[in-house]
Amino acid sequence: MPEASTGARTLGDLALEVRSKNAGPFWMTLEAFMPDARTYSIADALITPELISELYQVAPASLQIFRIPALHVVKVSFPRPIVQGSLHDRDMHAGQHHVPLASVLVGAREPGST
Amino acid sequence: MSEQHSPPDSVGILVPSGMLGAGFSPDTITRGVALGADVIAVDGGSTDSGAHYLGTGVAKTTELAVRRDLRLLLAAASTAGIPLIVGSCGTSGTDSGVTWVAGIVEAICREDGLELSVATIFSEQHPDQLIAELRAGRVHALPPSSPLDAATLAGCEHIVAMMGHEPIERALRAGVDVVLAGRATDTAVSAAFPLMRGMPPGPTWHAAKIIECGGQCTTDPRSGGVFARIDSTGFTIEPLDPDAACTPTSVAAHMLYETVNPYTMREPGGTIEVADATYTALDHRTVRVEGSRFDPAEQYTVKLEGAAVTGYETVSFTGIRDPQVLGSIDEWAEFLQKTLTERVETVLELPTDAWGSDLRLYGYNAILGDLDPAPATPQEVGVMLLISADDQQTATAISKLANPLLLHLPLPTMSYLPSFAFATSPAHIDRGPAYEFVLNHVLDVDSPTQIFRLRMPERSDA
Repeated sequence: MPEASTGARTLGDLALEVRSKNAGPFWMTLEAFMPDARTYSIADALITPELISELYQVAPASLQIFRIPALHVVKVSFPRPIVQGSLHDRDMHAGQHHVPLASVLVGAREPGST
Repeated sequence: MSEQHSPPDSVGILVPSGMLGAGFSPDTITRGVALGADVIAVDGGSTDSGAHYLGTGVAKTTELAVRRDLRLLLAAASTAGIPLIVGSCGTSGTDSGVTWVAGIVEAICREDGLELSVATIFSEQHPDQLIAELRAGRVHALPPSSPLDAATLAGCEHIVAMMGHEPIERALRAGVDVVLAGRATDTAVSAAFPLMRGMPPGPTWHAAKIIECGGQCTTDPRSGGVFARIDSTGFTIEPLDPDAACTPTSVAAHMLYETVNPYTMREPGGTIEVADATYTALDHRTVRVEGSRFDPAEQYTVKLEGAAVTGYETVSFTGIRDPQVLGSIDEWAEFLQKTLTERVETVLELPTDAWGSDLRLYGYNAILGDLDPAPATPQEVGVMLLISADDQQTATAISKLANPLLLHLPLPTMSYLPSFAFATSPAHIDRGPAYEFVLNHVLDVDSPTQIFRLRMPERSDA
């Protein structure tokens, strides 16, 4: 759980925004918008195929990861594990699926963190 | 209109909003026209809200909102003498969606005394024709989908093909004032006019992608429309809301939005490549983009979208506030599923594979389920039980069997019957048919216009 009192602890705390959305009915895409080069490097190191595979229970081979230092953004796309609009789809636009990524603890990995 | 002119130096595109019916300030149009708009383009569709709209052929947007937006746009097109293009009419771009928007346009023109010629383009496809194409090896799966079979095509309620810019350009070249297109790529709607005027494909397609969601590419995504001017070496873009700004970051970041790959985007006739694009601030709210490419494809392909009925659904809702039950909410949910399955087997004599259910605990872990990082013991929970069956009668019957459980089911360890908080009476609502998108495939075509039916205005009116 995030603990605001001890400073930035999750990726979501460090980021300007972590968001998720459908990319068409068959894909989902996640983006971490970081405020600067320092926090981008933290996100860049943190977001690995292994991490996303574990958080979203998807095969690492199905992932596409785009690292965009010019925008301080890491973007991850993968096929939707649950088809949009199917009986078990609880997030029609995939708009709330950023939370597992945003909740990842980074405090321990952040150089110079208090 | 078909005679040859030398290309103009630039073409200005006014996009009033990300979707027809979303609403925009009349000032948006005034400013865009004052900036020298040569065309107004607006998208009327999306798959993002689910397959229901394609499955039923009914729009997501309400008629009054579409009417209000169209009234402003038609008046502007008429006064400024510039074309208006609407893509993916009626949300899904079915023939019924085009006819619906065309009816609204006709009524506004009549009421407001506008003399505008209106072309319609229909993009709905018949499954038999596509089955023939499938057998000829001209239908291909896009990742992550599997190769298509004829039964899937035959099972669709509606199938639309996404047109590129060519059918729209064909209508524009014939000199019409308004083009109402069925399913089209979001970009084709904005790209058609500048391409017709000889603007280069790289900047045109990239600009069309950036402006397709209106204010989404600005620092205030809730602001109204945007204006792009395309020329021989690139394009410039600015918001139509004077308080909003386009910055190099806001413009570049829009390539991330709802895309799998932020650098390349496939269109019917080729691929937009923006990896080498540069984004430069001209002032505090205007951005210049150069270096975008469009690589033509060897084979022209159109993407197919199809919606099929997956079952008939009933949704029930109850609320739990009792801390004792909430403390063991996973156990309660499991007990409900087990008890309901037994009741359905006993009373309706239905095996478990003849129906489906999804029990969602809103306030606990409904949205993310097993992916939820840390669901805490909730203060209250909204319980949604979604039942799916082969027909509505069965889905309703199962939901009625579930009703007393959603009202009174205790934890297995409790010695009394609690009563939970139904939000409405009855506690269930029949949803009717449920739909899924079942096509993620492209069709090879010999001509970009052949499968799209263009209907030109009759000359008798006005």
